[in-house]
Amino acid sequence: MNPATSYQQPSARGYYGEFGGAFVPEMLYPNVEELRTRYLDILADPTFQAELNQLLRDYVGRPTPLFEAKRLSAKYGTRIFLKREDLCHTGAHKINNTVGQILLAKRLGKKRIIAETGAGQHGVATATVCALMGLPCVVYMGAVDMERQAPNVARMRLLGAEVRRAESGSQTLKDATNEAIRDWIANPVDTHYIIGSVVGPHPYPDLVARLQAVISEEMRKQLLEQTGTELPDYVVACVGGGSNAAGAFYHFLDEPSVRLIAVEAAGHGVDSGHSAATSVLGKPGIIHGSRTLLMQDEHGQITEPYSLSAGLDYPGIGPLHAHLGASGRAEFVAITDDEALAAVAELSRFEGIIPALETAHALAALGQLGAGPQEVVVVNLSGRGDKDLETYLKNLDKLI
Amino acid sequence: MNRIAQAFASKQNLLNTYFTAGYPSLHDTIPLAKALVEAGADILEIGMPFSDPLADGPVIQGSSTVALANGMNLPVLFEQLKELRTAVPTTPVLLMGYLNPVMQFGIENFLKRAAEVGVDGLILPDLPLDEYEEQYHALFQQYGLKAVFLITPQTSEERIRRLDALSDAFLYLVSGPGTTGGTTLPDAEAQQQYFERIAGMNLKNPRLIGFGIADKAGFDRACQYANGAIIGSALIRALDGADDAPAAAARFVRGIRQA
Ligand SMILES: Cc1ncc(COP(=O)(O)O)c(C=O)c1O
Repeated sequence: MNPATSYQQPSARGYYGEFGGAFVPEMLYPNVEELRTRYLDILADPTFQAELNQLLRDYVGRPTPLFEAKRLSAKYGTRIFLKREDLCHTGAHKINNTVGQILLAKRLGKKRIIAETGAGQHGVATATVCALMGLPCVVYMGAVDMERQAPNVARMRLLGAEVRRAESGSQTLKDATNEAIRDWIANPVDTHYIIGSVVGPHPYPDLVARLQAVISEEMRKQLLEQTGTELPDYVVACVGGGSNAAGAFYHFLDEPSVRLIAVEAAGHGVDSGHSAATSVLGKPGIIHGSRTLLMQDEHGQITEPYSLSAGLDYPGIGPLHAHLGASGRAEFVAITDDEALAAVAELSRFEGIIPALETAHALAALGQLGAGPQEVVVVNLSGRGDKDLETYLKNLDKLI
Repeated sequence: MNRIAQAFASKQNLLNTYFTAGYPSLHDTIPLAKALVEAGADILEIGMPFSDPLADGPVIQGSSTVALANGMNLPVLFEQLKELRTAVPTTPVLLMGYLNPVMQFGIENFLKRAAEVGVDGLILPDLPLDEYEEQYHALFQQYGLKAVFLITPQTSEERIRRLDALSDAFLYLVSGPGTTGGTTLPDAEAQQQYFERIAGMNLKNPRLIGFGIADKAGFDRACQYANGAIIGSALIRALDGADDAPAAAARFVRGIRQA
């Protein structure tokens, strides 16, 4: 594959097609520049690789299984495999990224870690690796999300992190990200910001995508063993910022026969005014230092997204995904709160796996694929549902 | 000579005041500009409110939220600014804000309208330098608008020289690490060294110090190291809850200016 035409690689300035870049104020420039000039060398360093791989295996629990979901397959009349990121330590794919970034932070000589979190999974995964490395950790979380993901707040505190409440705006992931960025501006020398998705200024989208790419690297090997071919027909993943999708798509991006399905949260419905379906509702704009698709009003003010799921409640998507959408490489599907809840019930009953609410959006797209009986569909099971039990209990009527 | 160069040529210790357009009420923009200048402000920075102002602290975030709720947006602002040059004929005026609303308005359209109403320069902190240089510098020049760049204690000497070369207005020295309104610096000595280092670089542009300057003492101290200072959050705090915002603004400026 000619690298110039690869979907994996952004340009030198961090552009995927017309999306990406690093739109940061001067106060952030030295931090972002330090990261940009050093991340590729650090990631390629054999001792870094060895340390990362060992932690991924012995601490995170990789490789995660690829499980053929036979009852679900029978229901949808196709071959469905689940990539079990929910079995990662801390319960979601988020830790693939935080393990890598904490090792990177150490090599950059950073002494303090900050992060934003929506569902709390990235916050927990960051607090976890900070405990492991003995580094102080501050996690910003929207006040609304602290309510709806209370168990994760408790977990972060137990792990020794300080959870700071973001009170501005919609008090969700976007606002937590704003606060984390402001913290980084105020602490430009000793602090590393572990961003939780393929968002933010270059090099973050590429850095996080590379660290999550282990998901599709394993998928290829496991598919070869289980189906006799490395390439599935479909890969399906939910998209908040897009890190689990980036990881699940990564090693298939340049394999045109593989259909990539990115599933967004429609909230109450794409046209309801209460939605987070950025690929439909967004226009090009700048959020958190990146030019991407963005939900905004006619005057360029960022609007408040809505999804029952805290991890998908974000008004942008990573620039890679904006490009995959614009170029037609990926297909976007939007799933409502209720459809996601139905998918929670379905996977729980059919396979004995309770998925995270974010992940349930990906599962709910199965009915729309039109995949045939000979075709292979891989759903990235990004996380488990423990953190969402309270939401599930409140919506029991839709689940039973 | 343009208004910015004129201001720096004619005076020492310039006071640049920042306020958010549309705050505390929608139509305060022009009366505030007039009151600030009459009370002794030398340069005006008019903030274009944005929903997600990353480089701003809680005070300017708050004024931006109120201004947006009041109905401020770029079409409204440019309508108001038609009165700008009647209200303040000779004072340099800069628009400051984030790139996204400007992009949605259309950058060229924005530059054209700003020039038409008599704006002198722009501060767009999240416009990357490379993109400015390659895509917009010529356009700014075509419309006679000056770009103002920020410098922080972490900005490398090489980059400062590049910013200096690309600007012909003034350089905005951010006083320390932090967002707008950030008050104290952990280490006053380090700050002094930073100011002196920049002062010793023989840059072609004059310098103003901003972020966290709140009162006369802070202003006077900044003036020892630069051509003046920028006050934003403290002024906005002084407007908070005022019955007569222009009168409160004038009182605030006189407090800085008193001998
Ligand atoms: C289980 C799970 N899946 C998906 C997401 C969405 O993030 P991303 O789109 O970056 O994978 C989250 C975010 O919190 C999550 O916890």
